Amino acid sequence: MIQGIPLQYVLVVSIIMFFIGVCGFIIRRNLITILMSIELILNSVNINFLAFNRYLFPDQLQGHFFALIIVAIAAAEASVAIALIINIYRRISNIEVENISEMKY
Amino acid sequence: MNILSLFVVIPVLTMIGIVMGRDMKAVRWIAAVGMFLQLLLAIVVMYLYFAERSAGNTAEMLLTYDVEWFKSLNIHYTVGVDGISVAMLLLTGIVVFAGIFASWEVEYLQKEFFISLILLATGVYGFFISLDLFTMFLFYEVAVIPMYLLIGIWGSGKKEYSAMKLTLMLMAGSALLMVGLLGLYFNSSTTGNLTFNILEIANQNIPLNTQMFLFPFLFVGFGILGALFPFHTWSPDGHASAPTAVSMLHAGVLMKLGGYGCFRVAMYLLPDGAQHLSWIFIILTTISVVYGAFGAIWQKDLKYINAYSSVSHCGLVLFAILMMNRTAMDGAILQMISHGLMTALFFALIGMIYGRTHTRIITEMGGLMKVIPFLSVCYVIAGLASLGLPGLSGFVAEMTVFVGAFENTSLFHRVATIIACSSIVITAVYILRVVGLLLLGPVKNDHFNHLEDAKWFEKLSAGTLIVSVAAIGIAPLWLSNTILISLQPIVDRLVSAAAMAHLF
Amino acid sequence: MNTFSFTAFILIIPLFMFLLTGLTGMKYKPIISGLLGTTGLLIVTILSYYTAWLYFFQVGQVGNTYTSIIPFNIEWLTFTENLKIHIGILLDPISVMMLVVISTVSLMVHIYSLGYMKGEMGFQRFFAFLSLFTFSMLGLVVASNIFQMYIFWELVGASSFLLIGFYYQKPSAVAASKKAFIVTRFADFGFLVGILILSFYTGTFDFDKLTQPGTDIFNSAATASFIGMSAITWAMLLIFMGGAGKSAMFPLHIWLPDAMEGPTPVSALIHAATMVVAGVFLVARMFPVYLFQTPEVLEFIGYIGAFTSLFAAVIACTQFDIKRVLAFSTLSQIGYMMLALGVSGYEGEHGVGYMSSMFHLFTHAMFKALLFLGAGSIIHAVHSNDLREMGNLKKYLPFTFITFTIAWLSICGIPPFSGFWSKDEILVAAFYHNKILFFSSVFVAGLTAFYMSRLFFTVFFGKKQHYHHTPHESPLIMTIPLMILAIASIFTGLIPFSHFVTADKLAFNTHLHLNIAIPSVLVALIGISIAFLLYFKEGKVANRITVALGYVYTTVLNKFYVDELYIFITKKVIFNCISQPIAWFDRHIVDATMDGIARITEFSSEKIKTLQSGQLQQYAFVFVGGTIALVLAFIYWYA
Repeated sequence: MIQGIPLQYVLVVSIIMFFIGVCGFIIRRNLITILMSIELILNSVNINFLAFNRYLFPDQLQGHFFALIIVAIAAAEASVAIALIINIYRRISNIEVENISEMKY
Repeated sequence: MNILSLFVVIPVLTMIGIVMGRDMKAVRWIAAVGMFLQLLLAIVVMYLYFAERSAGNTAEMLLTYDVEWFKSLNIHYTVGVDGISVAMLLLTGIVVFAGIFASWEVEYLQKEFFISLILLATGVYGFFISLDLFTMFLFYEVAVIPMYLLIGIWGSGKKEYSAMKLTLMLMAGSALLMVGLLGLYFNSSTTGNLTFNILEIANQNIPLNTQMFLFPFLFVGFGILGALFPFHTWSPDGHASAPTAVSMLHAGVLMKLGGYGCFRVAMYLLPDGAQHLSWIFIILTTISVVYGAFGAIWQKDLKYINAYSSVSHCGLVLFAILMMNRTAMDGAILQMISHGLMTALFFALIGMIYGRTHTRIITEMGGLMKVIPFLSVCYVIAGLASLGLPGLSGFVAEMTVFVGAFENTSLFHRVATIIACSSIVITAVYILRVVGLLLLGPVKNDHFNHLEDAKWFEKLSAGTLIVSVAAIGIAPLWLSNTILISLQPIVDRLVSAAAMAHLF
Repeated sequence: MNTFSFTAFILIIPLFMFLLTGLTGMKYKPIISGLLGTTGLLIVTILSYYTAWLYFFQVGQVGNTYTSIIPFNIEWLTFTENLKIHIGILLDPISVMMLVVISTVSLMVHIYSLGYMKGEMGFQRFFAFLSLFTFSMLGLVVASNIFQMYIFWELVGASSFLLIGFYYQKPSAVAASKKAFIVTRFADFGFLVGILILSFYTGTFDFDKLTQPGTDIFNSAATASFIGMSAITWAMLLIFMGGAGKSAMFPLHIWLPDAMEGPTPVSALIHAATMVVAGVFLVARMFPVYLFQTPEVLEFIGYIGAFTSLFAAVIACTQFDIKRVLAFSTLSQIGYMMLALGVSGYEGEHGVGYMSSMFHLFTHAMFKALLFLGAGSIIHAVHSNDLREMGNLKKYLPFTFITFTIAWLSICGIPPFSGFWSKDEILVAAFYHNKILFFSSVFVAGLTAFYMSRLFFTVFFGKKQHYHHTPHESPLIMTIPLMILAIASIFTGLIPFSHFVTADKLAFNTHLHLNIAIPSVLVALIGISIAFLLYFKEGKVANRITVALGYVYTTVLNKFYVDELYIFITKKVIFNCISQPIAWFDRHIVDATMDGIARITEFSSEKIKTLQSGQLQQYAFVFVGGTIALVLAFIYWYA
């Protein structure tokens, strides 16, 4: 129990992180940056999990486990994505998202 | 097992046989034998039908058989025949048999071609024997869909366009039809036992408003396949692109599905709707009859000419159905059979001529009578049948239609009949124009001097059809009487509906 | 079985011969199929003569009246309870007479063709078609009901089409056959509608019931009216339209002169002696109906007949094609027959018009067939149809000359040849009915004498021609039929026709009306004399007259431009103003609408497709934006 810090404060941080991630995802053209934005979104969710777990059910561990799973998935996803990005880079020599339209339609 | 189910079983077995066939020869012989069996079966069924009738069986449908198929919706596989469907089955048997021989020398993907062709035939046979609307619709779709492949793959000219156009327009018809059929289904019972069975629905009195609502869906839905103006334009393009046998089957039997459906479903099940709305469709079909004939005069491509002539003749079928009396409807069925045979003959001959001259433009040909006399004589016979020469089937059918149509005393019907009658003159104009340009006169192109006349399978194909056309033309009474008896229940319903209509 | 059951063979034999020679003709030598056809027809002729003898002299007459005998009547097709088509045989005076005419002329033509068509390509085909035609024509005249008549009516039309187009590689023959078929088809359309109306109101097709004098089945038809006329008037008028088409009455006459493109024996058989009188036969068959129900239509028929006879006779004076002259003369003579029917009454002497019409039909068949066959013999000798290339043929063609002379005198109406007797009766009938018609027909008699003599003198006398090779007389097989027909042309006039064929089927006596016969013969002689002066020797007078007439002459030479009018109607109006626009309309309006629907679908799908850009960020933007919008909306509504 962190004294004096209400749940809302933590949630505000998480929300800010989430929207930074969303904005990054939508606006940025660089695949790496997009990937980083996704990580931000995931981490904001992680914070939410932990915060709710801590404040609502302090004697249980589900939130922690979820956070851990997400971290693991994020790692896996990052590695796959970076592998893809490297492959794309090899093919078209850049990683601008707008140039990757070969498989469109 | 019921004998009628053989109509579906034999083609399926034939298709399996074709899949197993080793080479082209085996494939086409299997197809020919299979379809010959079908033809025999049609004759046997006709015989059985007569035997039952003469034994005093007066049920509306004979040789019936019923299996529950999809219980929760009360869908059955119900089959049965009356005089009309027996006649249509015989027509189908003859045309399909002739069609196999007309496509004896398909060079590309024979197996697939014959399988699609026979699948189409299966659909047609199934349609004519079904008494359950759902099964009927199923077979209808089975008949329509292979068309896309047959035209798209084995066709000529703008085949993709035509195949797409034909399929889409017919599918649009199916969509209308589906609405109509479901409408019938949900009105088929007042107690909650909904059914698709035609005979059971026929005993229901569907409210007038519902009938008025559903009738156009069903009539137009089937009418599209029957080349009802203004939904006929798939026909010229489709026929022009289709390979010979497909044109034959399509104009010969598939277009008859439209007429038969209009008559068996739309008119029979919705008599009040028919009585109230017939005037719109009489106008449309009268236009069809004359318009198709005039349209044919101006065409240059043999297949286009024939497609427009089909529009005119099939228009006459629908026209006669709408006249709603026994004689006219008898004429409608006769016209379906007659048109089926002679148009199949036409398309077969056009295919054979095209196979030799490699053109279908009539102005580029001329004097073929001298070079390929057999085919030319057959063409003239087909032409004479089409313009209604006595002794050939066209005359019998047209006269029955006209006499029947004239039985209606209202001025509107009379005028429509006289306009429709005038088509016999216009038909003569375009048929003679084609015959004159194509067959008579001096040989225009030197290459044509070395053309070969018909081979044995072509002779067989054309001969079968000519004999049938002449048989109906010379002795029409048996066929006409067979049809007349079975028309009675349908006409009774229409007449009682007319009486009700006058009451209000 | 009854006495006349054998008459079925009169129909069956030619049909069988048609099928036999048509299907197997190519398998054996041409001459065999010719002989087969001729033998078949010989049997038919014998049967027909036997029928005639049996009917007229043995069993036909009950009391004083000739009865109608129906040996058999098979149901062919059922329309309704009342309306059924039967195929049967009806024997009464006119049908039996027609049997004799058709079988005689047809037999002569068969024999003649054995020589005339020798070596032609399609010899077998020719005989097959001849058999078909004979079958249809016999079926037409013995028809027991009007629908059977219509059936055979169509069949004769078709066989005429096939025979006119016999030389199918000649474009003009093809065009002529097409024209003949379409024009008569148009007339048949009227015929058909007429039958529909008639049968609807009377409830029967049977001639027996329809032609019963004093029958009441027409009551409903007489009271029903339609556009100012009663239904029965319409029906009978339209039925006459069919007859007018087949008999080439003005204005449906245009096909007949062109039909001369067919082989000459065909012209003799079909377009002179038998098929073209089918219209006359039809009117005669329905005569009681015309007379008792619709006298106004009958009057109209008389006028049409008179006009056609005049019109055609005028044109005939100017034509140069020997067969066309004869064709126009046929038109003119058929006009006579129609006229005679038009002025006829019913009972006894009043029915002289009817009797004379049939009489003239009979004699005309003989002498016109003779004229055509003679013309064939001439064409055979000089290889040309053109009168201007003929002349002075008398010494080369002795048999043809003699027989042609007989036919010529007969058609001119010089006693005692057959044409005189029948024409005289027609003039008598016209005289007692309507003076205008009478004077017009006397004038036509003079014109007939003139143009026939013009033809005769030009061909056999006239200027000397230089032929490429000396014309020679035709073989015996062609001259024998000529001689037989010549004998018939001399003597058939002496048959007391009014004892056999009359409107009321009661025999009556006719006598020569000298007050009419003498002027008519005088008029004919005047016509002959003028022609003699103009054409016997090669003279310039005729040319000078034609030049002097100027426009009048060219108008007549061009047949009053009726053909051009028809061509205008068919080509310009039907083809260019109806058919072409419809074809265009179909492609560019109806079909374009369907294509348009498809195109709209495609267009919208193209547009919608761009939303699906594949840009993940765009999706995410829309997704997030949508979520936010939804959240805001929920807050607005629920909070």
